[in-house]
Amino acid sequence: MASVAPAISGPHQYLQAQTRWSRVEIAFWLATLLPFVVAPNYLVLASQVAITALFALSLDLILGYAGIVSLGHAAFFGFGAYTAGIISKYGWGEPLSGLLISGIAAGLLGYLMSFVIARFRHLALIMITLGFGFLLLEAANSASWLTGGADGLQGVRMWPLLGIFKFDLWGVTSYWYSLIVLFLLFLVSRRLIHSPFGLSLRGIRENIVRMRAIGAESRAHLQKVYTISAAMAGIAGAVLTQTTETVSLGVLDFQRSADLLVMLILGGAGRLYGGIVGAILYMVARDQFSGINPQYWYFPIGVLLIAVVLFLPNGILGGLAKITASERLQKWMRTLPPWLRGAS
Amino acid sequence: MIVSMFGVLFDGLAYGMLLFLLSVGLSVTLGMMNFVNLAHCTFGMIGGYVTVTLMNSMGWPFLATLPAAFLVAAAASVVFERTMFRRLYRSTDLDQCLLTIGLVFVSVASAAWLYGTIQQPVNLPSYLRGSYNVMGVTIGVYRLFLIGMSIVITVALVGALEYTRFGAQVRAAVDNQRMARGLGINVDGAFAVTFALGSGLAGLGGALAIDIVGLDPSFALAYLVYVLIVVSVGGLGSIAGSLVAAIVLGISDMAGKYYFPEIGSFLIYLVMLSLLMWRPVGLFGKR
Repeated sequence: MASVAPAISGPHQYLQAQTRWSRVEIAFWLATLLPFVVAPNYLVLASQVAITALFALSLDLILGYAGIVSLGHAAFFGFGAYTAGIISKYGWGEPLSGLLISGIAAGLLGYLMSFVIARFRHLALIMITLGFGFLLLEAANSASWLTGGADGLQGVRMWPLLGIFKFDLWGVTSYWYSLIVLFLLFLVSRRLIHSPFGLSLRGIRENIVRMRAIGAESRAHLQKVYTISAAMAGIAGAVLTQTTETVSLGVLDFQRSADLLVMLILGGAGRLYGGIVGAILYMVARDQFSGINPQYWYFPIGVLLIAVVLFLPNGILGGLAKITASERLQKWMRTLPPWLRGAS
Repeated sequence: MIVSMFGVLFDGLAYGMLLFLLSVGLSVTLGMMNFVNLAHCTFGMIGGYVTVTLMNSMGWPFLATLPAAFLVAAAASVVFERTMFRRLYRSTDLDQCLLTIGLVFVSVASAAWLYGTIQQPVNLPSYLRGSYNVMGVTIGVYRLFLIGMSIVITVALVGALEYTRFGAQVRAAVDNQRMARGLGINVDGAFAVTFALGSGLAGLGGALAIDIVGLDPSFALAYLVYVLIVVSVGGLGSIAGSLVAAIVLGISDMAGKYYFPEIGSFLIYLVMLSLLMWRPVGLFGKR
């Protein structure tokens, strides 16, 4: 906040000031451990939330920070999920190496795709990402000898994690596993965003022509971040496969890409925690209302989307940031004892 | 083989004409305002449900419901345009996408709530049913009617766009919106009329589509992809482009499903992606 920030003299100091961990952040990550104690019956849901949050984080990197609109990000999620499933089905069920292979495979696919992505903008980009998502879905549907087609991939068996922890029905191992993967990749993203590379990504998002004019690389940067994001989405998909021991065509569905976009926008795109907060709210709400027909579920989601676009352009976190930055709240905050104010 | 090929060509042509009706409005409005309206098929769905309601609950004849489908869809689009869309003309693609996807979600859920998730029945009048058999090729009467109607509408559209004062204003606005404004053309007014007209045509398309592809709440999402393919392959703001793209898509989709049922839909997306990479502005697009 402006009142406590020290005088910033150069870009390096600016970036360094950004990288400091605030108390809210530390509290948030400690709170992710709460489900083990408070809601041990909901650990399966909690690991689903962590996986979705990782997926949303991957979309945030390209959409929120680099401004690449993608309506087909489930392609990479599904590619990672199928890769993890297929190598396990054919005899290699070791989770960590499977995760690595799936991430690399999705990253490679993303790298190939990035040559196309970096060339287009606007409607053509939306169409290409949408078409690519459908292309992969249809490919997986057609190649039923490899993917099991509409019946889903059967016979995925995972070995115990590190040879010790079996993936249990209660989801204890699953949640630890997905939470740690999420946290590690969050650290990577955080480092990335607060580096000069992340800063130039934001520059590209704001005005790609000016970035070129000041001599900054744009195409290579876009390709890099797209590849990283694809690998992260693939890892998220692989974790889903490994913790549920099944893969269905749903991992590649357009609905998954659209839901992801909804979460990210609700949470707030272009903020590290936007996707994570959005994923938590969305997944928990959907679990609470799982009794109603899924067709009706999209009514409140649609209304929310319209409302967010019209009234809350930066999502929930953006709205919160606006509130905390308001003059009256600042004045009130100054009357609080220092330890309560936090240092964000 | 040859005979079945003609049958596929004919059915594909009818299907393509249907896609043309559904998408031509989007092509023109996208070309004019660059507004990414993913809710375009929602208007088609509205038209379809108007026809079903009027026929099944009020006993209207099928042909009389078609103008009603057109009018209701057009009126609904005007309401949406005035209250929501106009606020986002200067926003980013992402915001426009999100708002209209939200609208699609709401419309899908509302349709499921009002009509249930089942396919809606439509009883065509007897003179539109049945088929002729011309040298072994089965020609459905309804498909013939569909093709004829689309040709009439296309001719009327092209005529209106090429030979009227209003059409000239619309073309000017598509070519260069700022220049058109500078010359004193009321671009917003022209856009509002075009938008209503395009959505009305989508509503008509939705009503005509019931007998061919069925109607259920997922219509607004399922045909969105096809409509977007037509628009982006044909090129923004080009009626001829949309027509060619729609017919090619209709025929290749039919042929793909008939001859390569395994990979038919895969091929469609592959062709679309390659075309877009080759010509990002579409086959007939200028920008």
